[in-house]
Amino acid sequence: MALKASELKVGDTYTERLVEDLKRTQVVMYAGASGDYNPVHTDELFTTKVAGYPGVFAHGMLTMGMTGMMLTNYVGDGRLTEFGVRFTNQVFPGDTLDSTATVTAINEGLVDIEVSTINQEGVEVAKGSAQARIDD
Amino acid sequence: MAVGKFPIEASHIMMFARSIGDDNQIYYDEDYAKGGETGGIIAPPTFVQASAQFDPDYGLRPKIGGDGWFGSGGKPTGVKPREDSAGSTGDAGGGGGLHAEQRYIYHRHPKVGDVLTATNKPGKSWEKEGKRSGKLVFSESITEYRDQDGELVVTAIGTGVRTERPVDQG
Repeated sequence: MALKASELKVGDTYTERLVEDLKRTQVVMYAGASGDYNPVHTDELFTTKVAGYPGVFAHGMLTMGMTGMMLTNYVGDGRLTEFGVRFTNQVFPGDTLDSTATVTAINEGLVDIEVSTINQEGVEVAKGSAQARIDD
Repeated sequence: MAVGKFPIEASHIMMFARSIGDDNQIYYDEDYAKGGETGGIIAPPTFVQASAQFDPDYGLRPKIGGDGWFGSGGKPTGVKPREDSAGSTGDAGGGGGLHAEQRYIYHRHPKVGDVLTATNKPGKSWEKEGKRSGKLVFSESITEYRDQDGELVVTAIGTGVRTERPVDQG
């Protein structure tokens, strides 16, 4: 299901809950699937005693991956032409994330989208933009 | 990261989609995917990150029979982080490195059956004074994923950052 230019306007938004009460096990699943076994994501002992963080935290790419799920649910499968984010704050187990796409421009069969993912305190954890092909 | 052969496989896509909590059947069910405009199972937007699995020298995976691993065993850390375990790949950071930014340009979306190769070149590098973590050193890395016909599929631009100290949580 792709978006249609005729049904879109600048300022349109789409929001999705990405995860509620992020579990450590999901972070472990992401480590296993992506191959990024950096112990700061799964190894509490290393992370607190050696790396100096209060506890393990999610891969930035897990947040981006979940944000990408919101985008593909909005724009349709195989429609993205660009997607980028800046990781503005860390995501910890227990966090609940919501992500919003906002239409910023529509032209020539493409839609430009601003992307923002926030945690349960309203703090932005990922911020970026995307572009996708749309139908007429 | 540089990877000689990155086969796009259905079971890997399934595991990756599960790990990001995405139940879209386009990533699980070949029959469902065949009926849609992609004509088959495609990779989720951030899937090429998993090419790390096919990089024999990837520094953020314990090496079989290797020199040890910097994560905890009996003690909080095995060894000092290796130099190549962070930043240099621009991907995810290791010891003091973190992933600051990631961008993808999709020329098309990888699909099951593709065999990609990845070549990597450094991009820009810059420094900044951070309030929460001291001096920040950013470095960009550009990875081009090409298919079995040499066609560009995805361009990935990753920015890693090394911090002077762990990020304050205040």
